[in-house]
Amino acid sequence: MTTIVKEMESATASGGTRRRSRLRQGAGRQHHGGPLAYVLLGFAALLSLFPLYWTMVAASTDNTRVTQSPPPFLPGPNLFTNLKAAWQDAGLGAAMANSLVVATVIATSTVLFATLAGFAFAKLRFRGRNILLLLVIGTMMVPPQLGVVPLFMLMSDLGLGGSLPSVIFPTLVSAVGVFFMRQYLADALPDELVEAARVDGAHALRIFWSVVLPVARPAMAVLFMITFVHAWNDFFWPYIALDDANLTVPVALTRLSAGYVRDQSVIMAGALLGTLPLLVMFIVFGRQIVGGIMQGAVKG
Amino acid sequence: MATTTSERGAGKRRRWRDLPHRLDFRVAPYAFIAPFFVIFAAFSAYPLIYTFWVSLHRVELATMDKMEWLSLDNYTALWSDDRFWNALANTITIGVLSTVPQLLMAMGLAHLLNYRLRGSAFFRVAALTPYATSVGAAALVFTMLFERDFGMINWGLGLFGFDNIDWESEKWPAQIAISCMVIWRWTGYNALLYLAAMQAIPAERYEAAAIDGASRWQQFLRVTIPGIRPTIVFTIVLSTIGATQLFGEPLIFGQGVNGVTGGADNQYQTLGLLLYEEGWRNYQMGRAATVAWAMFLLLILLFVLHRVLRRVLSRRA
Repeated sequence: MTTIVKEMESATASGGTRRRSRLRQGAGRQHHGGPLAYVLLGFAALLSLFPLYWTMVAASTDNTRVTQSPPPFLPGPNLFTNLKAAWQDAGLGAAMANSLVVATVIATSTVLFATLAGFAFAKLRFRGRNILLLLVIGTMMVPPQLGVVPLFMLMSDLGLGGSLPSVIFPTLVSAVGVFFMRQYLADALPDELVEAARVDGAHALRIFWSVVLPVARPAMAVLFMITFVHAWNDFFWPYIALDDANLTVPVALTRLSAGYVRDQSVIMAGALLGTLPLLVMFIVFGRQIVGGIMQGAVKG
Repeated sequence: MATTTSERGAGKRRRWRDLPHRLDFRVAPYAFIAPFFVIFAAFSAYPLIYTFWVSLHRVELATMDKMEWLSLDNYTALWSDDRFWNALANTITIGVLSTVPQLLMAMGLAHLLNYRLRGSAFFRVAALTPYATSVGAAALVFTMLFERDFGMINWGLGLFGFDNIDWESEKWPAQIAISCMVIWRWTGYNALLYLAAMQAIPAERYEAAAIDGASRWQQFLRVTIPGIRPTIVFTIVLSTIGATQLFGEPLIFGQGVNGVTGGADNQYQTLGLLLYEEGWRNYQMGRAATVAWAMFLLLILLFVLHRVLRRVLSRRA
């Protein structure tokens, strides 16, 4: 276990060396990309984006057109009719609202607790710090899916069975988030700043509020977005836990395909609708999300 | 005399005034990390450990408070259950089919992204976009693309003279289709992890290799690969964990009817699906817990295997 932990630390060490590597950015990639590199990358981008483009195409045609061969390649006229059908008849509107609540609460709490713990691990000295940090890293190796049976029983005992809180509570914190914030703060927050505030008599929470938070803000934003994506897309536990009355988007989508709606173009409209919020986020903040993943190896 | 006592008093008073401050800094770190550990213990650690206890009982979904002691009966039943061995084999084959090409392609993609490029931000974000798509949506779309009669993949293969493949009902095509979904969603993400590691390799190492007369390909093998080795291990660990937990892709690929059983002949049922089938289709929570614990043992076994393999390989090298 300890060796795995060591590997984790070196694998994610790019977080610690971020400032240095930014200084000599480009040093490692001394070659200009030739035409072949552009062709291959263009092909890779096509493979990445085509399924999403085609979702839009299929969502804008109708059931007869989308179930014909050759399949449609260009958008048809029915996009808004199908989106509306998916939103209303298939109940995706309600699922979107649920997902929004779930993902926002989870992302907010994950960021808050990860920043608190990350600050403690990065800048405060206390007994057992290293062992506890190793414990945090070790927990990343254990997939939470393995505990679903008792978790289901626990939620039912707590009277939360089938409800949104039953998918919110288990993911309010994340070990990856703690580690990510620790790596960031260890590097970005000068010790002297914390020490000066402490000598001035500020208590720990005060230091957290007025010294740590301003420095941590960019990393917090990135962690928020990445956690939001994961919470929005989380599938296994919500699929087991949630009642039909309050589904999140990915679970509602499977109910769509499992027989409530037989119109394939409406199903595709649902898939498009359920992905849209995250796509918008990627279009606006894509570079920051890419940067965050490259800095901290925030895993799925 | 009087002065010393008053000095001592002042010092004492200052120490008393400092006490909350010092106490604060002694307690605060624990208070700051407590939320993580408390929530983790309640909703992750406790369920994981309790899974083992549940697996030693007969527990039914409708009457979860009644637990009948079975000792290891669930385990012996699982051991002699063909569906378990089938699901285990499927989990491993889909795991290999999805992980190996995914990581190799990610490495190639990272190498390309590591060039000095125009529009590199676009290529990076494009590579990561599938990661923003949920299993729910991605699997639905891919199920359409892999449809037997009107799917785009069969249409494309038809252009090259291939007959339509029945992706869902045949074993290997189904497993390949499911692997494609996994590969599509995670290749770009892994590529960015490799890219980050590649950019941290000092340029001097490439220069030294170039002076030694190493070709670009040799540089890739001798400088790049060793330079990103920790990240390779990291992604292998992550992908392995992900592969043992595979659930959503095969479930949705079966489109409801065949989803939970992983096809009419269980041809793509994974351990995750078997867990769900036992617990929420057959209402046997104890058996579901047994499958979960078997998955956990599988993970441990894979890590031991991984370590042994690495030790043997490094000794040979």
